[in-house]
Amino acid sequence: MVSDLFPMTARQAQTTRRGKVLVGPVDLRLDGGGVAMVIGPNGAGKTTLLHLLHGTARLTSGTIEWACPLEAARNQQSFVFQRPVMLRRTVLENIAYPLRIRGHQRADAYEQARDWADRVGLGAMIDRSALVLSGGEQQKLAIARALITRPRLVFLDEPCASLDGAATREIEQVLQDTREAGTALVMSTHDMGQARRLADRVVFLLHGRVHEEAAANTFFEAPVTTQAAAFLRGDIVE
Amino acid sequence: MGDLWSGLLQAFWLVITFDPELVEIAGRSLRITLTALVIASLIALPLAALLAVRRFRWRRTVIALMNALMGLPPVVVGLVVYVLLSRSGPFGVMGLLFTPTAMIIAQVIIIVPLIASIAHQSLRELWTEYHDLLISINVTQGQKIRTLLWDARRALLTATLAGFGRAIGEVGAIMIVGGNIDHATRVLTTAIALETGRGDFALALGLGFVLIALAVTVNLAIHWLGRTEREGRW
Amino acid sequence: MKQLMTLLLGALVAISLSGKAQAADVMRMAVTTSFHNSGLADILLPQIAEDLDLDVQLLVVGTGQALRLGRAGDVDAILVHSRAAEEAFVAEGFGTHRREIMYNDFVFVGPDTDPAGLREASSAADALARIAAAEPAFVSRGDDSGTHKKELSLWAEAGQDAASFGRWYNAVGAGMGAALNTAAGLNAYVLSDRASWLNFGNKADLALVFAGDPVLFNQYAYLPVNPAKHAHVKHDLALKLEGWLTSDTAKGLINGYTIGGETLFVFNATPEG
Repeated sequence: MVSDLFPMTARQAQTTRRGKVLVGPVDLRLDGGGVAMVIGPNGAGKTTLLHLLHGTARLTSGTIEWACPLEAARNQQSFVFQRPVMLRRTVLENIAYPLRIRGHQRADAYEQARDWADRVGLGAMIDRSALVLSGGEQQKLAIARALITRPRLVFLDEPCASLDGAATREIEQVLQDTREAGTALVMSTHDMGQARRLADRVVFLLHGRVHEEAAANTFFEAPVTTQAAAFLRGDIVE
Repeated sequence: MGDLWSGLLQAFWLVITFDPELVEIAGRSLRITLTALVIASLIALPLAALLAVRRFRWRRTVIALMNALMGLPPVVVGLVVYVLLSRSGPFGVMGLLFTPTAMIIAQVIIIVPLIASIAHQSLRELWTEYHDLLISINVTQGQKIRTLLWDARRALLTATLAGFGRAIGEVGAIMIVGGNIDHATRVLTTAIALETGRGDFALALGLGFVLIALAVTVNLAIHWLGRTEREGRW
Repeated sequence: MKQLMTLLLGALVAISLSGKAQAADVMRMAVTTSFHNSGLADILLPQIAEDLDLDVQLLVVGTGQALRLGRAGDVDAILVHSRAAEEAFVAEGFGTHRREIMYNDFVFVGPDTDPAGLREASSAADALARIAAAEPAFVSRGDDSGTHKKELSLWAEAGQDAASFGRWYNAVGAGMGAALNTAAGLNAYVLSDRASWLNFGNKADLALVFAGDPVLFNQYAYLPVNPAKHAHVKHDLALKLEGWLTSDTAKGLINGYTIGGETLFVFNATPEG
């Protein structure tokens, strides 16, 4: 059952709002494992693409198919937002929340949450209000909360966008550990250094479409399209 | 000015001597209003949460209606409840007119829109904040509502207290449906109206001060409960 | 602080739970504000509870509303003072019968300076004629109560039409107490029952300026609501109460009730009337 999620196949997937195409049509395949990095200039539709694949943006045409029924697929995924959503609860209650929603007993959920808090380095502040944490701590909390249900796939939308170097390093370490544990990551980033450090595959998005998709090494060393090459040079791409 | 002083003095004596009639009337005020408050909250809070999270066709209309009903004139509510509960009215056989139950019904009708409206404001705000996460976790409608109600509990307490304030100080409706019967349906506000009618301003003012003190005490007590909880957990 | 708040909460809970023991039987009677303001009820009700083990719950309203309550079957009996309306009530079958219990009287209250000269009036009609001529501020109940109806009939007897009066005539549409409060505020003339006036606490510059004309006598009558119209009314209790109200015990209490040394009511029930 657990291995049922992949492959995911998106065919001509598209989302529109008020007649305007936000993303798509997109053809994309995820086979599980590794880090798929979505990059591209501002407004290319990175965030929307992640939401579309996750199922929280409306698919207006095309198909997105998982190896299992959609409801089961949703339960094997989680999402980390660029600006983390903090429940007005303690750190521990925040991390335990998805388990409580899935019907775990309080003691069991808190036990696991404590474990995850330790893993992301929040073990000392589990009884603090989540609202008083720093940006980096909040993002680590969000990642722990996303991982506690042991998903097979995690979407991360620019998780380090507003964090300093130290926090970014800690979070990348957590993500590396997660990847090595066999969880697939689909993340977006602005930070080309981060993309080089973490990516196994790169999806270069432009104007809502997949402009180029390749293994990370290939992409960074020999981009095929002129726009991708320009983007990597740091030019403004329109 | 003299009336104010003797009113204060009278209130002081009534409280100090634990005047049995005052205790009875104040107790009835509290009992009726707190009962109405519990019932109204059980209706208004889930309704407010539902209106915050659920999109349905008449949602905007219901919200607009709810906000409008906040200003419902109590006297009209009283009159309508009176007509409904009168022996000659549709619910007459239940024999509820001029009982505390009738007063509770009237108060519930008056404060449900108020509590729901204030609660809806803060729940909607919280929902915008939580929306992405809860949708992503794929929670059910019931879990959504429970999460919002629990996490907004302090704001909801404020909404409830507003309802309490309106209910305990209300006189028009409960005078009509309760009848201000001594030892049965007389509460602080109707007693004040009665004493004013008798021209005994000092006693009326005294009762008024007791009413204010009671409302303030309940507010403080509930706020204090909310704060200890916060200190304990946060 | 914590102990104090706990104590406070405890006291609140205790207060809100304290109930009061009720007598075995309970019935409801609508009475007029003027009767209730007299304070006589506070003398009679405890004695009734003791003698009959009957808890009489009073709904204090104007005569008009009292009659409506009876018509709707929301009370078991009414005690009012507006003869024509009472007789209509019985004739329409809403009450079984009408039993006279006692009377008191109406008085004219007005500014102590008495600008309209009511103290020299020879009769109630003369008093009203003086008011209509001088047009001082006058407060009318204006609430369809027994007192209001009495006032209107007095104007009619004096050959005046209250509907045609100018701004000096203030129909307040409120109970006796509220009307007296308004009169005190405006320093105006007002027709009041003697009991309400004597018991009124906010006399300000007002004084009793005319009384004594027999036309001002105010007959109270007791009317049990007809069980044929409303099967749920407690007719047996209403009859039990009637028996007590016309008894010698009641006679003693009613005739003996005074405020500031003044007798207010005269018992005039006839045995088995």
